[in-house]
Amino acid sequence: MKHRLGVALLSAALLFGAAPAVTPALADKASNTIRFAYDQVPENIDPFFNNMRAGVIIAHHVWDTLVYRDPTTNEYKGQLAASWKQIDDKTIEFDLRRGVKFHDGTEFTADDVVFTLNFVSKPENKVTTQANVNWIDRAEKLDTYKVRLVTKETFPAAIEYLAGPVVIHPAKYYEKVGPRGMNEKPIGTGPFKVTSHVIGKSVVLERNADYFKDSPKPQPKVAKVDIRFIPDRQTQIAEVLSGGLDFIMNVPKDQAEQMANAPGFKTVAGETMRIAFLHFNSLPDGPVPAFRDVKVRQAINHAIDKDAIVKNLVGGGSRALTTPCFFSQFGCTDEGATKYPYDPAKARALLKEAGVSNLSFDFYVYRERSIAEALINYLQAAGIKANLRFMQYAAMRDQMRTNKAALGFQTWGSFSVNDVSASTPVYFGGSSDDISHDKEIQGLLKTGDSSVDPAVRKDAYKKALTLITERAYTVPLYSVPTYYVSSDALTFKAYPDELPRFWEMTWK
Amino acid sequence: MTAFIIKRLILALFVGIAVSILSFGLVRMTGDVATAIAGEGARDEDIALVRETYGLDRPVIVQYFSWLGGLLKGDLGQSYFFKTDVAGLVFDKIQVTLTLGILSLLFALAISIPLGVVAALKPNSWIDRLALAIAVAGQALPNFFFALLLVMLFSITLRWLPASGTGSWKNYVMPTIALGYYVAPAFMRLIRAGMIETLSSDFIRTARAKGVSRPNVVIRHGLRNALVPVVALAVVQLGYLLGGSVVIETVFALDGLGYLAYQSITHKDLPVMQVVVLILSVLYVLLTLCADVLNAYLDPRLRASM
Repeated sequence: MKHRLGVALLSAALLFGAAPAVTPALADKASNTIRFAYDQVPENIDPFFNNMRAGVIIAHHVWDTLVYRDPTTNEYKGQLAASWKQIDDKTIEFDLRRGVKFHDGTEFTADDVVFTLNFVSKPENKVTTQANVNWIDRAEKLDTYKVRLVTKETFPAAIEYLAGPVVIHPAKYYEKVGPRGMNEKPIGTGPFKVTSHVIGKSVVLERNADYFKDSPKPQPKVAKVDIRFIPDRQTQIAEVLSGGLDFIMNVPKDQAEQMANAPGFKTVAGETMRIAFLHFNSLPDGPVPAFRDVKVRQAINHAIDKDAIVKNLVGGGSRALTTPCFFSQFGCTDEGATKYPYDPAKARALLKEAGVSNLSFDFYVYRERSIAEALINYLQAAGIKANLRFMQYAAMRDQMRTNKAALGFQTWGSFSVNDVSASTPVYFGGSSDDISHDKEIQGLLKTGDSSVDPAVRKDAYKKALTLITERAYTVPLYSVPTYYVSSDALTFKAYPDELPRFWEMTWK
Repeated sequence: MTAFIIKRLILALFVGIAVSILSFGLVRMTGDVATAIAGEGARDEDIALVRETYGLDRPVIVQYFSWLGGLLKGDLGQSYFFKTDVAGLVFDKIQVTLTLGILSLLFALAISIPLGVVAALKPNSWIDRLALAIAVAGQALPNFFFALLLVMLFSITLRWLPASGTGSWKNYVMPTIALGYYVAPAFMRLIRAGMIETLSSDFIRTARAKGVSRPNVVIRHGLRNALVPVVALAVVQLGYLLGGSVVIETVFALDGLGYLAYQSITHKDLPVMQVVVLILSVLYVLLTLCADVLNAYLDPRLRASM
């Protein structure tokens, strides 16, 4: 309700009253500052102790990782590591870059890498997202600029994680102040340094003038990034319109479209790694027995016109999916996958063949409500009655995991990890989110997750994805876009990992 | 009188306990707290870690009493989310909320007293109708919507005031108006009714007959009497304003207790939520007590009933 009123109000403001008064928000071009707001506050800006997008954004600006993944080519480049070598299935050795300095002036060496990796991998240190670090067995110093990393099991996605969430902290400082001190006064090697952090309210980043020249992240062009946490979207938009902010993201589609028409501002739709899909509970003791029949699941696949949903509802920056993974992820493919074109007649025929009539069930949803309603209409047209159960994520997850929900509308962001091991196996690899328990698929995914041979991995994932679609355990829907709104004068590019890169942004 | 105050203080204590049990229970009914804290995308091991770290694996009753025990020892606990002391967090923010509450109350009184008096002097005139229209609008408009209208005018069109933040006095202007306008109608009605009643009473007629000037009659004799119930209402409304600031502080990203309450609810930050709810409910009870005592002080007739 509040959201709708807000939209109506802002639309009115843009279309009638305020639009002529709105002047391009060049306010902070003069001071070469980008003022950015995010709706959620990271609980601790030490990257290992939050699981928020805003935390990830700050992490990549204040800290560096051993490896860097080029967001355009997806190629790995050395960042804090100059080079690396896979020694055996579980061992990688890194040659570190020389002459890199932390924000407090101390020099970066092997000690920092060894301390950070050993600290975060210990469960007793309670890193928030264990999966980011629990694959690390230990790190050893070979000399001042050489480190050996040993993984617990064969872990082919190690480099991807080392290019993502696993940042490197200054050993001595971190040992002294711990995660709490790191939150209060963060120190990294990154292109920006934190000059102010008011907990729960704001973070100010300033350009690191001594940022090392060989980094694959370019030297920042803007002098300052002023990050504020504003929970209310309408307020964020009002701030942009009134010249108080230069850049916001995750703007709801309807509002982003309104902003696109406002003079002085632009809206950019960016595809993200987040995928949306329907997930069937096909367990033998599942709540809806009909879902055990592959024909019923296939019927539901045929009943939904995902192309129309993408075109009419989801909008730019999205595409329809055939398999439950994001296309750029290593191992993700729709080659060999069964496609289910929109065909309500066929859906009805399949249901008839399965001997199912008057199919009715609860449909669990935690976001994208308008799209869920469209899906319900499609199902209705095929003679299936889905009753919307809209609830909070935690509540829905409980229902899904405890075998109470028959069909869930899921979305998954893979933590922006560009490898299938971070997506498909979460829902089909035998964890508590796996509600099909298909042993053959679980085995194939395990092979993909645990080999270091790219060819073996690709083949295993392809076979698994083929079976998942053939057996219709899911209805892959679309990739979720995100909308950015900014001042017209700000140049930036949207990437699927939803990471705004302030270091490459410029004012026109 | 003393017995009455003691009785009410004990009542305040029970209200506090009852409210804390209710909020403790309600939060748990919205789903598994550990899953919510761990966030979307958390895996089993992350959730297990959260459960263990915060002692959420213990029975609810044990969790509650351990929290209560800490509270009695003066330990408000640690925020699950911000990982800092709840006491420090709350102390920082309560000043913003108190400032906003008092400013809003003053704003409400500043518009309602003159309007109420004028409406009472000329009942059923156009000015009375206007005052009524303002009152109805104030009650009917949801305050977040009114807040957005203010933002549209003062931030987007005129660019006079910042749309959000806590940095300067300017940040308080719109929240004060939005919050104060919502409670003003209650005062306005009370003043109007009180004035009409007082102005038609015998002592006013006597005063007029004695030749006391009209403004003197209205202000010194009329308003003074009509304001007696307003004082008590103002104290109670202050409690409402402090609790009601959740929405307004969130809309304006004003970094006060209300905003903290909103954040703690979104993040299932139980220790913070508990303390905020407790503070607000105890404040409310204490303010009601203050109102009763003030009433008794101002109107000796009420003292006999205590």
